[in-house]
Amino acid sequence: MTGQSSPLWEVFVRARRGLSHTHVGSLHAPDAELALRNARDLYTRRQEGVSIWVVPASAITASSPDEKDAFFDPAADKVYRHPTFYEVPDGVSHL
Amino acid sequence: MYGNDFAPPEDAPGGGLLGEVEAAEAALREAAARARRGAPAPDEDVEAYFTDVIDADQKIEPRDWMPEAYRKTLIRQIAQHAHSEIIGMQPEGNWISRAPSLKRKAILLAKVQDEAGHGLYLYAAAETLGISRDELVDLLLDGRQKYSSIFNYPTLTWADVGAIGWLVDGAAIVNQVPLCRCSYGPYARAMIRVCKEESFHQRQGYEILHTLAHGTEAQKAMAQDAVDRWWYPSLAMFGPPDGDSTHSAQSMAWKIKRFSNDELRQRFVDMCVGQAEVLGLRIPDPDLRWNEERQAYDYTQPDYAELMRVIKGNGPCNRERMTHRQRAHADGAWVREAAAAYAAKRAERKAVAA
Repeated sequence: MTGQSSPLWEVFVRARRGLSHTHVGSLHAPDAELALRNARDLYTRRQEGVSIWVVPASAITASSPDEKDAFFDPAADKVYRHPTFYEVPDGVSHL
Repeated sequence: MYGNDFAPPEDAPGGGLLGEVEAAEAALREAAARARRGAPAPDEDVEAYFTDVIDADQKIEPRDWMPEAYRKTLIRQIAQHAHSEIIGMQPEGNWISRAPSLKRKAILLAKVQDEAGHGLYLYAAAETLGISRDELVDLLLDGRQKYSSIFNYPTLTWADVGAIGWLVDGAAIVNQVPLCRCSYGPYARAMIRVCKEESFHQRQGYEILHTLAHGTEAQKAMAQDAVDRWWYPSLAMFGPPDGDSTHSAQSMAWKIKRFSNDELRQRFVDMCVGQAEVLGLRIPDPDLRWNEERQAYDYTQPDYAELMRVIKGNGPCNRERMTHRQRAHADGAWVREAAAAYAAKRAERKAVAA
């Protein structure tokens, strides 16, 4: 029943040309090659993808381990970064 | 119509159930875009934040704070669901080598492979809650966690494969479609995937029964016999009646569960009656009749004492299923060891070369 557990891999699939790879889930595999094959069998049985990335979950660094720090705060008070902040005078087009 | 909080489009692809899965998927995207509730402020009460997110129909994600009981309930539910998918491969796997044609065999193989896939999506979702795959596998193998009692019934004839697809997968879908709206993000996303694939399972079962029911007298009798045996165990899949269900109220409040056991069971019965008519098969319930007042069918409850016996380990196939799973896991040990040794050897070579 026991045995050392194989590492966790995060799986990203590009559904079609022109789209970016999207996270679809994770799986266990002893190495990258098997992770790719397992990902193909697990996440693309119905032609859901044209390209797969597998990334060791341990290699991912996340922005905020407890999702509750001030990491994203600096963006909150800069509404002038959005085009909707600006008033456009009547009659101006192509702007 | 299976939900009371949304209306699936009339011309939803694949009819009601698939349409609902798509509606749930759209709702998930829409809720994510709607209220962009960011991370809680450093001094905000995490519990209030959790309640806020649930109330706003937003999703709780793996690293959000959550009550310990919410985490435990989800681990238990998702794990039991995953175990059910894995054990559920056995009754049908029993017929792969004896399927009546190459086409049926290829389809059944694909279906059993899907069940394995569903188990893996769900194990992955459970792991985001901080439990490891090895722990989950051990919990199943030494009997500390359960799987759905339905898989402790035997598949005696080929028609059973049809009855499982129609009734067992049908009941599973009715149970699972609302889970696509579960408050825990990874579970909801896994369920959307699972439900889309389950729809193929249900239809293939229905087609098997339809073919048999329109074949020879003997084939029709075999189909009827399968429906007779699988009907009540399928009704029991929805769990004990609402009065006796221990986990329901809290799960409803947390939006893990959206409808009660009895509501879902009723929905399933109402769905099956018309489908059985088209098959030309009889649902084995002499008291099944339309109730004009309730706008639903009255039906005979399954034997809950039997359900409890099977859950406690005394169904027709409990021991066989567990023994098979334990043996399969033990027999696969050398493969896992060989793959790990190969990976270690390659990693070492790479380190030396670098």
